[in-house]
Amino acid sequence: MRVALFITCVNDTLFPDTGKAVVTLLRRLGVDVDFPEAQTCCGQMHLNTGYRDEGVRLARRFVDVFRDYDAVVVPSGSCGAMVREQYPRLADDGAFAEAVAGTVPRVYDLSEFLVDVLGVTDVGAYFPHRVTYHPTCHSLRGLHLGDRPRRLLEQVKGLELVPLPGAEECCGFGGTFAVKNPDISAAMCSDKVRNVLDTGAEVLCAADNSCLMHIGGTLTRQKAGVRVMHLAEILASTEPGNTREREDSR
Amino acid sequence: MSRTFLGMPGTVSMMGYTGKETFPENAAKAVRNSQLRFNLRKATGTIRGRRASVVGELPDWPDLRQAGKAIKDHTLRNLDTYLVRLEEAVTKAGGHVHWARDAAEANRIVTDLVKATGETQVVKVKSMATQEIGLNEALHAEGITAYETDLAELIVQLGDDWPSHILVPAIHRNRSEIRDIFVRHMSEWGRPAPERLTDDPAALAEAARLHLRERFLSTKVAISGANFMVAETGTLVVLESEGNGRMCLTLPETLISVVGIEKLVPTWRDLEVFLQLLPRSSTGERMNPYTSMWTGATEGQEFHLVLLDNGRTGVLADDLGRQALRCIRCSACLNVCPVYERSGGHAYGSVYPGPIGAILTPQLRGMGSELDRSLPYASSLCGACYEVCPVAIDIPSVLVELRGRSRHPVAERAGMAAAGWVFERPGRLARAQRMGGRMRRLVPKRLPGPLGGWTDTRDLPAIPRESFRDWWNRTDGGSR
Repeated sequence: MRVALFITCVNDTLFPDTGKAVVTLLRRLGVDVDFPEAQTCCGQMHLNTGYRDEGVRLARRFVDVFRDYDAVVVPSGSCGAMVREQYPRLADDGAFAEAVAGTVPRVYDLSEFLVDVLGVTDVGAYFPHRVTYHPTCHSLRGLHLGDRPRRLLEQVKGLELVPLPGAEECCGFGGTFAVKNPDISAAMCSDKVRNVLDTGAEVLCAADNSCLMHIGGTLTRQKAGVRVMHLAEILASTEPGNTREREDSR
Repeated sequence: MSRTFLGMPGTVSMMGYTGKETFPENAAKAVRNSQLRFNLRKATGTIRGRRASVVGELPDWPDLRQAGKAIKDHTLRNLDTYLVRLEEAVTKAGGHVHWARDAAEANRIVTDLVKATGETQVVKVKSMATQEIGLNEALHAEGITAYETDLAELIVQLGDDWPSHILVPAIHRNRSEIRDIFVRHMSEWGRPAPERLTDDPAALAEAARLHLRERFLSTKVAISGANFMVAETGTLVVLESEGNGRMCLTLPETLISVVGIEKLVPTWRDLEVFLQLLPRSSTGERMNPYTSMWTGATEGQEFHLVLLDNGRTGVLADDLGRQALRCIRCSACLNVCPVYERSGGHAYGSVYPGPIGAILTPQLRGMGSELDRSLPYASSLCGACYEVCPVAIDIPSVLVELRGRSRHPVAERAGMAAAGWVFERPGRLARAQRMGGRMRRLVPKRLPGPLGGWTDTRDLPAIPRESFRDWWNRTDGGSR
């Protein structure tokens, strides 16, 4: 099986540790993952801000880059939802539509790839911390990840998973929404942060670094003392000395 | 998406109550109003919970939802046939049907009908269509006073205020504010509030009941909208909670109903689906307390139906946007929307607030003003509205589509073009990332211009020394 990693432009540029964690995790599970270097961005920011033409150009690039793989793993709920939900609607000419129809069903969120394709929930991870999980809108209502992330987290050794009140409510990121409507966005995040703090968790986990950048940026501004981590990074963590450690980001 | 021109829509006019302020500007003021925030949080939270529990108890809810969507789509595709069928049925049952191209025409028709009765006072059943066209103001200009009889609309009217919610127009008011409005303003409109009125809900309801009862018994003309019109028999349907609507629909000698042309359903079998969908989605009840239905004119009474276009045929011509016409005004999308919960309804500058307003208002009114251009952006695209919509209107998709038709700010266009250029070639992206990595220490804590909206309340993430793709290359995919 030829498996490609679609790292996403946000992770590539700002959160490389998440990408490294995906590579570490998949190798540990015996999957040789490829990183096609021609990839850039799925086009979500352009499309959702009203720049359809640029969005379509990037969608075409994505399909060209990934069409020959058996599986494409995406560690981001919103980029995954862009590809799976919005590409079919953007594909208005025959060849492009055909390429989209051929590629899109093989695009998986990381948790789907682990649970549905590899059939594992215990990935051999060790993470002895109190964690709460924010499902993120596009993971929840776009990709319908359901309880897959929770099932993965529940199998992590040492991890104490505490439910997040109001989990299904948006954190207020919404891409350019956070900048175009900063007051409402901040008001939404304020409630999200209050709910996170109420759990007494040490780590807030999600499967999308965009949302975590927003909530995490608010948490550090408030000196709240809770850190954010992508699901992949928790799943890649192992007991010291047990397995190959993932490389430090220095 | 093609925009086919289907006829002769007149000049669309809709009531709005803000000037040049955009949604973000209005919302910025609203989020600072703690009373408003508290009222909205409490009210939307309560209705949201009620809806979830009564929807959750129906195993066939997804089927009902699909049926509602299919019936509305079928009706909209055959609107020409069903509207004529409705007209025939209403006429046969002794009613008079009028066609109004736009707000001005509808207001003129209604004003002339009221004048013909010689009356100068009318009672009103809660109606979105008449608010959309600004009927009360039009009647007032002709010396006719319209009295709102829905409790929440009464509160809004007495307070010289604007509705902020489709279902509960006074959702932004709490009981002590309502008590003050009653004490101060009831006497200007009729029977004054009882002396020593408290803010006990029962006392407030009693005050409203006494105030309105006189009005019901003495007024000869009523104006309503309708939730549904059944084409096969020409029957109009109003769902309500208080019974005040039924007073207006039965007591006066003349009844005038102003109804948007999209409110049709073909048959009573179709209506059955919506009588399940609407109460559960709106008030979170299995069934609403009062469902009034009337067909044409009752003996001794006169009935006029004014069918309102006001931009609807323009929306119908739009492949994607037309799904907004499926809306049955239940408000489920407002109650679940995290943006609405924090901005309140007034920020939308339209009688249609919330997610549905953000797609309906710019389509009906156009995107000529700064406010209307800002509405499609009044959403984080979280998708909660689509999930609860009883007729499956894909609000996020329509929002994205409308954003594509919007005129964008110059700086934003430049930024998006630059990002597009970078993403066009992986080499450009890698170079941009390396430049960012080198300048990582120079990024200011507060960003300038519109980007300052981010750093006002959030820290920026630290820029890593090395991007993922450079790490991959340097280490040969982590193997070195």
